[in-house]
Amino acid sequence: MATESSSSVGPADAADRRTWQRPTTFRSRRVKWLVYSAVLALVAWSVASLQITPGRFLSGIGYGYELIKSMLPPETGQENLLRLWDRLVETIAMAMVATVAGIAMSLPVAFGAAENISPRPTYYLSRGIISASRAIDGLIVAIVAVIALGFGPLAGIVAISFKTIGFFSKLFAEDLEDIDMGGVEAVEATGASRFQTLVYGVVPQVVPRFAGLAVYRWDINIRSSTIVGIVGAGGIGVLLQRAYQRYEYDYVAAILVAIIAVVLVAEFVSAVVRRRVQ
Amino acid sequence: MLETEKLGKTYSTGDEALSDVSVRIDGREVVAMIGPSGAGKSTFVRCVNRLVEPTTGSIRLDDTELTALDEDELRDARRNIGMVFQEYNLVERLTVMENVLSGRLGYVSNWAALRRNFPPEDVERAYELLDLVGLDGMEDKRVDELSGGQRQRVGIARAVVQEPKILLADEPTSSLDPETSRDVMELLTDIAEDRDVPVLINIHEVDLAEAYADRILGLHAGELVFDGPASDLTEESKGIIYRGEEPPESAAVDPDWLSEADDESNSRNGQNHRSDRLPAED
Repeated sequence: MATESSSSVGPADAADRRTWQRPTTFRSRRVKWLVYSAVLALVAWSVASLQITPGRFLSGIGYGYELIKSMLPPETGQENLLRLWDRLVETIAMAMVATVAGIAMSLPVAFGAAENISPRPTYYLSRGIISASRAIDGLIVAIVAVIALGFGPLAGIVAISFKTIGFFSKLFAEDLEDIDMGGVEAVEATGASRFQTLVYGVVPQVVPRFAGLAVYRWDINIRSSTIVGIVGAGGIGVLLQRAYQRYEYDYVAAILVAIIAVVLVAEFVSAVVRRRVQ
Repeated sequence: MLETEKLGKTYSTGDEALSDVSVRIDGREVVAMIGPSGAGKSTFVRCVNRLVEPTTGSIRLDDTELTALDEDELRDARRNIGMVFQEYNLVERLTVMENVLSGRLGYVSNWAALRRNFPPEDVERAYELLDLVGLDGMEDKRVDELSGGQRQRVGIARAVVQEPKILLADEPTSSLDPETSRDVMELLTDIAEDRDVPVLINIHEVDLAEAYADRILGLHAGELVFDGPASDLTEESKGIIYRGEEPPESAAVDPDWLSEADDESNSRNGQNHRSDRLPAED
């Protein structure tokens, strides 16, 4: 029986058997290969125009080896160790202040940027603020802040707070847009004011996400405040920049170890807290 | 007393959900509004407290013309209108007590709302209502721990704590099992009687409407096609409500339908009617 049925399909039909290929995301196979080769050509052109030759690459590896040798073991003098400690404390303090200030400024922006609870004009204004804050990199903001306010941690705090607004408002606004509007509608229907509707119907729904996001941003801000010192905006980055300008690579290595330690601790705390509040 | 006159609503999409609905609800009446899905039942109820803005006509609650109010006046007026929702519409992360007390928000300051600081009489009233709906001792539970029936009881307590002049219920039983549905309907009718407040329930289960309501309103395609005591609701009038049959001659032309009607009259609901009957008109 089995042979009978298989022979009925038989080789006679093989000629007009249909074939199938997975459809491509591009319009046709030719377009697909064109796009791929264009990307490859672009990469090749970039490498060529940057003049990265194999020779240059090898000598780079040589320098790298020398650098690592001079970094090990990490070493600080007694005096430098004290300085390192002071700057580390300053770094953490900057992150704390910038997180609190940044989130405080983010709140009105976040509520304004939530499509479901905000009037149109406020929505566009808030989205504009968020885009502006996200468009400019933190180091550029820090440079501007240093020019405006002078060297020191104040400039760093301003720069990091500014970056916090874009990040926090955007993500928090998304959480606000995800809330269940049924409860909000019902609170509104009892005759509650706009503000009451917010604190009674909206806020309870987003408190856990708020806490999670705040800690997450705090951990990012600790990382940011270690780097803004490079341009003079306070924190441990100031030491880092001075140390490598003086070729004190063993000291540079000690600073890097300190930064890694602080960031790891911050990430750990942040992860634990976020898991708890979910 | 609630009175609508030629109430109409056309959505911005161009759909006319309500046209010229004139209704008067008074005393401690329990009024059920029935009709097929999309007939405008929800739109009507939501127009009353202006969760949906009516496009034409007027709505009067006692002496207040609701359609003419500005935002502040509307807030004050909404305090007099209690509403129970199909999906309960509670604030999930708040306690039972907070949800009930939200019915008093219209009477307290923003600061008091923030601190959950309600006057002692409000708290007392909330406790009494929790007793009434059978949730005594549950005040500190978060509502996301409750069952559907318990949640709807919280929703009812929240509406009643407002001491409203009318109680609206938008499909209050649609998310509940039949047993719990009857409990909820019983609770609503008891409240109408005890609190001397009219209740308008929009509902798609015709048997529940017939069993609990004093009066029935029938909507078809946005128009009021039936208004009378529950005892007057005949198979013929159901035909008019659910299939838009012409009263009275054309409703009786189909002999199949008439013979079939007797044995299942009470258990049927709108969906069944529609699926086994294909109206030739329209």
